[in-house]
Amino acid sequence: MAESVPQSAGRANETPARTASRRWPRRRTRRHDRYTLAPLLLISSNLALFLLFFVWPAVIGLGYSFTSYTGVGSAPFVGLDNYQRLLNDEAFYAATVRTLIFTAAVVPLTYVASLSAAVLLVSPYSRGKPVARVIFFVPWLISPIIAGVIWRWIFGENFGLVNYVIIALGGEAVPWQSNANLSLIIVVIAATWGSTAVNMLMFVAAIKNVPTAYYEAASLDGAGSWAKFRHITLPSIAPTSFIVILLTTLHSMKEYALIQAVNAGGPGSENNLLIQYIFTTGFRRAQIGYASAASFVLMLILMIIAIAQLVINRRKDS
Amino acid sequence: MDNLLPKKVWATAALWFMVALYGIPVLWFLLSSFKPAGELFSYPLTIFPKQPTISGFTQAWTSFDFSRYFGNTLIVAVSATLITIVTSATCGYALAKYTNWWLRAFTICILATTMLPGEVILSPLFLIVRDLGLYNSLAGVVAPSVITATGTFLFRQFFLSVPRDLLDAARIDGSGELSTFIRIMLPLSRPIIMTLAIMSFQWRWNDYIWPLVILNDPKEFTLQIGVASIVGAENVNWSVLLGASVLSMIPLVVIYLIFQKYVMNADLSAGLKD
Repeated sequence: MAESVPQSAGRANETPARTASRRWPRRRTRRHDRYTLAPLLLISSNLALFLLFFVWPAVIGLGYSFTSYTGVGSAPFVGLDNYQRLLNDEAFYAATVRTLIFTAAVVPLTYVASLSAAVLLVSPYSRGKPVARVIFFVPWLISPIIAGVIWRWIFGENFGLVNYVIIALGGEAVPWQSNANLSLIIVVIAATWGSTAVNMLMFVAAIKNVPTAYYEAASLDGAGSWAKFRHITLPSIAPTSFIVILLTTLHSMKEYALIQAVNAGGPGSENNLLIQYIFTTGFRRAQIGYASAASFVLMLILMIIAIAQLVINRRKDS
Repeated sequence: MDNLLPKKVWATAALWFMVALYGIPVLWFLLSSFKPAGELFSYPLTIFPKQPTISGFTQAWTSFDFSRYFGNTLIVAVSATLITIVTSATCGYALAKYTNWWLRAFTICILATTMLPGEVILSPLFLIVRDLGLYNSLAGVVAPSVITATGTFLFRQFFLSVPRDLLDAARIDGSGELSTFIRIMLPLSRPIIMTLAIMSFQWRWNDYIWPLVILNDPKEFTLQIGVASIVGAENVNWSVLLGASVLSMIPLVVIYLIFQKYVMNADLSAGLKD
């Protein structure tokens, strides 16, 4: 389920296939006629899994969202009742807002952190890059549960390293666990920390692909490092930036394990995000119909975000 | 020339400042896991354990069914990884080397799975896996997690870069389509297989929400559920929790150290190059 790895591949690479087919129109038609069985066989396992574990649940999920199904027995049809209830459900509303705040904090932080790490790893001026690269990558190996435990340990109210340092410096213990906003900050830090590695790798590859001739020309014109970064690097890696922002957004919107380990959505239920809300209603309270409706609202939000980012990206390109 | 030195100093300082931000939490965690329970909370805190001990680890290992969790997680991660590689390689190859309208449509469908993650369809997916009789079984954990857009597109990208002439030559020699794939194309894609293997292993080793939904019997628990159950307890036993957490990370770290070049050099944004 939780794939914290770029799904960038592919998406942008429609071009070669398209040009190839334009160049060889006859061959393509012939191929089209000759090979049906082999490709069908090759995709069969993925196709079956896709239908069974993606299309089917999506369809019955949509169906259940119009019922008051509880997982057993009959599924009485209730029309749009669930959706209407959701509109008035304060817990759902709070979870949605909290999720959006969380995402709005994690995405820019992850972007800046992973881009900075990548720039420093590619820079000819920095020293100790091989070691730094491995250390930056360690969080990728650590599961969201363990990452949550690590940050919980550091930000412990009565025993944590951070509060210890604050007190040693003459400050007062900060209520990292009992204050809702402060505990959300811990989750944001932990999430940024955990999602940097993969995005950093993507940025490193993108920065290495910027033609060096651009930088050489800029140097001749007397451009400084910042000007080069701003006017050459950033525009050149725009496609990667887009993918990183899109995937980090989608990923943050469905955060679950990390928060569960840091504070279980607490204090109380103040930091329950959408997936926690859906999980609790669906599995703890067995309101499958209602939880399905919430799922589809989440899906709608994800789709709106994805489409909005695509549109903005297109507009910037043209 | 004199302004080269400051640049070096600044870049290196910035790099190592970030290294500290990313490394210190793990380092502190590791050092803490070697402290005896009493020392964990005794002020003033010390960086290094005064009396290093492995009692946290042994306690974690014995008070929970840890070896069983390890075994379960290993079964899930290895079998899911093997199936993921087979399905992704075959599908990615078909999407790259054949042109049919339905293949294009399926490409878009696979992309859609990234937009609509499994968490969104959690409860209906649970009902389906339950109705298939896979509730409370490791097979139920593996089956729905096998299909991955990342894996499929990693292979598709790679096979797009393999020259068509190679395929044509094989066809002229009378090699069947599937045998060309197995004998020529699959061995060529070794680096991609390795990359996907370690990624998939990491995903499945660290999975939490889906195993949590589908597994009910503690005998079938995976490591993440085991550790999370210690976190969820009323009074967290930090000594055991630290030990258990560190233990659960070891296999991934070992695998990463062996295969790291396949992750670090993977051109994950290959598709973005023009």
